Amino acid sequence: MTDLNQLELDLINAIGAAETAAEVEELRVAALGKSGTISGLLKGMGAMSPEERREKGPVINGLRDRVQSALGARKAELEAAELESRLQAERVDLSLPARPRRKGGVHPTMQVMEEMISLFADMGFAVAEGPDVEDDFHNFTALNFPPKHPAREMHDTFFLKPDPQTGERKVLRTHTSPVQVRTMMSQTPPIRIVAPGRTFRKDSDATHTPMFHQVEGLVIDKGVHMGHLKWTLETFVARFFELDGIQARFRPHHFPFTEPSAEMDIRCDRSGGTLKLNEGDDWMEILGCGMVHPNVLRACGLDPEEWQGFAFGMGVDRLAMLKYGIPDLRPMFDADVRWLAHYGFSPFAAPSSAGGLS
Amino acid sequence: MKFTLSWLKDHLDTDADVATVAEAMTRAGLEVEEVHDPIAALAPFTAARIVSAERHPQADRLQVCQVETVDGMKEIVCGAPNARAGLTTIYAPIGAFVPGLGVTLVEKPVRGVVSHGMLCSAAELELADESDGILELADDVRVGEPAAGVFGAEPVIDFEVTPNRPDWLGVAGIARDLAAAGLGTLKTPEIVPVPGTFDNPVTVRLDAPQLCPAFAGRVIRGVTNGPSPEWLKRRLTAIGLRSINRLVDVTNLISYDRARPLHVYDMAKLVGSEIVVRGGQVARDTGEPEHLIALDGKTYAVGPHHCVISDAAGERPIGLGGVMGGESTGCDDATTDVFLESAWFDPLATAQTGRDLSIASDAQYRFARGVDTASLVPGVELATRLILDLCGGEASATTLSGQAPAAPLPFAFDPARVAALTGLEVGEDRIAEILTDLGFGVARGSPWSVTPPTWRRDVEGPADLVEEVARIVGYDSLPSTPLPDLGAPPRGVLSPRQARIRTARRAMAALGWFEAVTWSFLKQDTARLFGGGDDRLLLENPIAADLDCMRPSVLPNLIQAAARNAARGHADVALFEIGPIYLGDGPTDQRTVLAGVMSDRAARHWSGKGEDALFAVKGDLTAVLDRMGAPVASLQLAQGQNRDWWHPGRSARLQLGPKTIVAEFGQLHPRVLKALDADGPLYGFEIVLDALPEPRGQKSKSRGSADLPVLMPLTRDFAFVVDDGVAAGDLVRAVAGADKALIAEVRVFDVYRGAGVPDGKASIALEVVLQPREATLSDADIEALTGKVTAAAARLGATLRG
Repeated sequence: MTDLNQLELDLINAIGAAETAAEVEELRVAALGKSGTISGLLKGMGAMSPEERREKGPVINGLRDRVQSALGARKAELEAAELESRLQAERVDLSLPARPRRKGGVHPTMQVMEEMISLFADMGFAVAEGPDVEDDFHNFTALNFPPKHPAREMHDTFFLKPDPQTGERKVLRTHTSPVQVRTMMSQTPPIRIVAPGRTFRKDSDATHTPMFHQVEGLVIDKGVHMGHLKWTLETFVARFFELDGIQARFRPHHFPFTEPSAEMDIRCDRSGGTLKLNEGDDWMEILGCGMVHPNVLRACGLDPEEWQGFAFGMGVDRLAMLKYGIPDLRPMFDADVRWLAHYGFSPFAAPSSAGGLS
Repeated sequence: MKFTLSWLKDHLDTDADVATVAEAMTRAGLEVEEVHDPIAALAPFTAARIVSAERHPQADRLQVCQVETVDGMKEIVCGAPNARAGLTTIYAPIGAFVPGLGVTLVEKPVRGVVSHGMLCSAAELELADESDGILELADDVRVGEPAAGVFGAEPVIDFEVTPNRPDWLGVAGIARDLAAAGLGTLKTPEIVPVPGTFDNPVTVRLDAPQLCPAFAGRVIRGVTNGPSPEWLKRRLTAIGLRSINRLVDVTNLISYDRARPLHVYDMAKLVGSEIVVRGGQVARDTGEPEHLIALDGKTYAVGPHHCVISDAAGERPIGLGGVMGGESTGCDDATTDVFLESAWFDPLATAQTGRDLSIASDAQYRFARGVDTASLVPGVELATRLILDLCGGEASATTLSGQAPAAPLPFAFDPARVAALTGLEVGEDRIAEILTDLGFGVARGSPWSVTPPTWRRDVEGPADLVEEVARIVGYDSLPSTPLPDLGAPPRGVLSPRQARIRTARRAMAALGWFEAVTWSFLKQDTARLFGGGDDRLLLENPIAADLDCMRPSVLPNLIQAAARNAARGHADVALFEIGPIYLGDGPTDQRTVLAGVMSDRAARHWSGKGEDALFAVKGDLTAVLDRMGAPVASLQLAQGQNRDWWHPGRSARLQLGPKTIVAEFGQLHPRVLKALDADGPLYGFEIVLDALPEPRGQKSKSRGSADLPVLMPLTRDFAFVVDDGVAAGDLVRAVAGADKALIAEVRVFDVYRGAGVPDGKASIALEVVLQPREATLSDADIEALTGKVTAAAARLGATLRG
C-alpha cells in the first residue's frame, strides 16, 4: 500500500507541476496509457485471488479515478491560462470611437402636422389634399371673396404669369381652403376632413414667411353648430398642448368664408420670456374658425337649408413654435443642420394615442 | 383705427373705464390691438418756470437756467434755443424716464456744469414726432402742475377694423356696437340741418356715375380760417393726426367721428362754377395720361378707371375723387369762401385707385370699404354747423347730385336660425332688441322681415344676422357640444399614399438623414438646370428675384442647403425633403417627391474609410423604397439614361418599365453644382412617390405561412471574367435565373481588374446561395448546378476564371 501511496503522491505532484498541455498528456500516457503504471496495476488485478482483488481492487480503482481527475483538472487549468494569456494579447483600446453614424431627424413642422392629423383622426377626420397652384375660383370666388374685394388684398396673394391664351392668372393657394371646396364639390356630406399642406403669401418678416403650412378642418352635416365647433377646437387644442383642459376664449371676427366667424385665443402668461398656457392675463390667438358661409355651401353645390357645418384653420409652423419653444420662424425653412439637430424629432417618436403625442 | 375715451363718451353714456371698454370691444369683434395710456408715461413730468437763463461758460449753444420746479429751484443745462427767462415749460427730474429719448436721467455734468434735471420738448415726451425747442406753455400754468393734466392726455384705443365693418371707422359706429353690447346708452348728437341763405352757386356734373354716383355740396362764404381751437387740435393729435386749419380739421374730425369723409375747396381757387366728376383722361394725340398734384405734394398720373374731380368745364383736375384733394384748390388761412364736398365713391374703384397709384388716405380707406350711402347730406350739415361755429360765415343751400346706391332690401329671417347655427338659446325679444340696437329694421311676423341699415352693406342674409346676435350675446355663452362620436375609422384615415409618405419620412430619419422643408419656388435659371423654368410656372410678383419660379425638382434646394451648411462649416450633410414639385400649372401637374442630397464628407475615422458615398445613397434609396412597400425586386436599374443634372457615368434610374421611372440617383453633375455654388461631390436621389404602384389591396390581413426550409442552405463561389462593359447586375440576374428553384440569392463579393485578368476585362466573383428543398444536394446535383450557372453566365460572354 505504501507503494501505491507513494505512486499517487508522485503522480499528483508531477501533474501539478506540469506546465503545458503536452506535459499533462505525457503524464497521462505514463500513468494511464496502454503500458502506464496504473494501467499495469489494473491489469495485475486479473492475477489476484478473489480476496486480494476485493481488498486491492477499490484501492487501485480509486487511485486511477483520482489521477484521472487530477489530469483533467490540470488540463482545464492550463487551457484556461493559455486562453487568458491569448486574450490578454488581443486587448484593444476601447476608448477609440466607433464609426460615426449620421443621426437623422424629422422636421418639427412635419412632426406637428402628424400630431394634428393623429388627433383629428381620433375624432373621425379624414385627410384631404389638393394642389398648391390653384385657380381663382377655388382659392377665392367659391370662398365668397367677391372679385376685387379688399379681403383679397389681405391675403397678399402670389400670382403666376397670366396664361398667354386665356389670360387666366393662377395663384399659389393662400390657405388650404380650396381643398375644402374641392372636397365639398366631389363628396356628398356628411364630411369630416382636415386639409394639411403648404400655403403661400407674399409676406416676409420676423413672423411671416412667404411659404408656411396650414391644417384646416371642415365638418358638414345636419345640425352641426358653433357649440360643436367650440367643443372640437377646445378638445383639439387641449390634446395638442397635452393639457387636461384649455382656457380658451372665442372672439367674433370676420372671414369672408364663414358666418358667424371667430378667432380662438388661449390664456397665457408670457412674462419671464417663456410661454405658460392656462395662466396669466394674456390671450394668444391661435386659430380662426366659423360656420361655413351659405354662399360657400351654394358655390360648392350644397343647399344651405339642408347642410351646415364649420371650418377652421391654423398655422402648423406657428403652433410647432409655440409648443416646442422654437423662437424664430425663418430658420424653419433654412435646412441648417445644427438647427435640425436641435429641433428635429427622433424617427421613433411617431405620435400615437397610446404613447402620447410627444 | 384709433380713438380716445373722451371721444367715445361724446357718443356713449357710460362710466366704463378704458380697460372695460377695450374688453367689451374685443368681445364684440372689435379686436383691440393696443391701449396706449400716455398718463402713466407722463407721470414724472410737471410744469416749471425758467427764472433766469445765462450762457453756459464753456458752450455757446447751451444755457444754464435757474428753474422754479415742483422740487424747488434747480440749476438745469438746456440746449434749446427758445429757453429764456419767464418761459413756462416742462421739467423732468433726475431719475425720470424720458420716453422720446428712451433714457433715464442721471445727474451728470454737461461741459463742467451739473444739470439737475431736464427741460423737455414735445418730441421728448412723445407728444409730437419732432420739435425744434422745449415746450412753451401758457403763462397761467402753475408750477408743479402734472404734464398729463396740462396736455389733457388720455388713453388711446387702437383696434383692428375688419373689412366688413366700415362703420367702425367712425367713433359713432363703435359706440353703437358698444351700446348694443350693454356698455352704455347711445347718445350720438342728432344732426341739425343748417338752412341755406342763398342758392348754391356751384353745380356738379357726374360724368362717371360708375365711379361716383352721388355728390352733395354747398358753399359757405365769409369764413375766417386759421388754427383750430385747442379742443379740436387735441382731439386730432391724440390719435396721431396733424392739425392743419379749422376747415380741414373739421373734415378730418367728421371722417373719424362718423366715418364720413369730406373735402373742402377754396372757392377763390376754383375755375368756373361747375365741378365735373369724371374718369381720368388720356390725351388722344400723345396717349399721355393727365396728371394731378395732390395735397401730399406728389404728382399722380390718373387713368380712366380713376375718379377725377375737375373744374374749368372739366378741363382741370383738382382732386382724386374719394382719395385726395389737389394742391391747387386746397384751403389755407386765407380762404374766405369754401365749397364743401360730401360724395359717394365706388368702393372697388377707390380700392383699385389706391393700389394703382400707391396712394393711401383716410378717405380712400373709408370709401374703399364702403361709406354709409345715407350720409351724404347729413355729412354736409354736420360739417356746416361746425364750420359756422368755428369760422363764422354763411351757408348756401345744399345740392345733391345723382343718387347714392339703394338702401339694402329687407329679407326674411327665422329667429330659430340663431339656435340652429350657434347652439345659443336666445329669446326672440332679445334677438329683436339686439338687431334694433344695431340699427336693423325688424318687423316680427312669420317669418320676420329684417332690413339692414344703410351702413351695413355687408349684411346679406340670415347667417349675418345670426352672427350679429351671437357676438352681442357673447361667444362666451356658446355651449360646448361634443361632436357625434364617429371614433377613429377602423382602417385609419390615411390613404395608402399618405401612409407611405409617413413611413418614408421616419425611415429616412432612421437611416441618418435630416428632414428639411424648403421653398416651393426658386430662381428660374436654377429651375432650368433641372428641366423646369417654364414661363407658365413663373410668379408675377415673387417675394424676391431668386424665388420667382415653381420648382421642377427638390434637388436644387437641397444642393443649395448643403452649400449653405458647408459655408457655415458643416460640410457633412444628409438632407431629405418630402414635398411637391410642379410640372405645370394645372391641378394634376403637381407631384410629390422624396429627394435626398448627401455629401461625401463623413468625418475621418481611425479605422480607415467607410462606405462609398455613391453606394451608401443606393443602399439608403433601396432601403427606403423597401420600407415603403415598393416592389424593389421588380425594379430595373438603367444606367446612362439619367437627365443631365446627373453625373453621366455615376448615376442610374430605377424603373418599373421604360415609362414608369420611380427614381433617379447617383452623383450630381459638377456643372450644376458649380452653377449653384456648391462644392462637390454631392450625391442624391429623387423618388417620384406618385409613380410607385399602390400596394395591392389585400382582402385579408393574413400573411400566409412562412417559408422556413428544414435543410441548411449552402454557398458556392464562382469567379467570372467578363468584358468591362458587362454590368455586374446583369451577370447576377443571369446567374440567379440559372436555377430559380435552387438559387436563393447571388451576391457580388469581389470585382477585380489587373494582373491575371486580361486588359479590357474584369473578374467578378459571386457567392451563390443554394437552398435545397427536398433532399440534401449530392455532388452530382452541385455539378449540374455549376454547369447551369456557367452556361447562364456564358450567354453574357463570361468565362470561369481559371
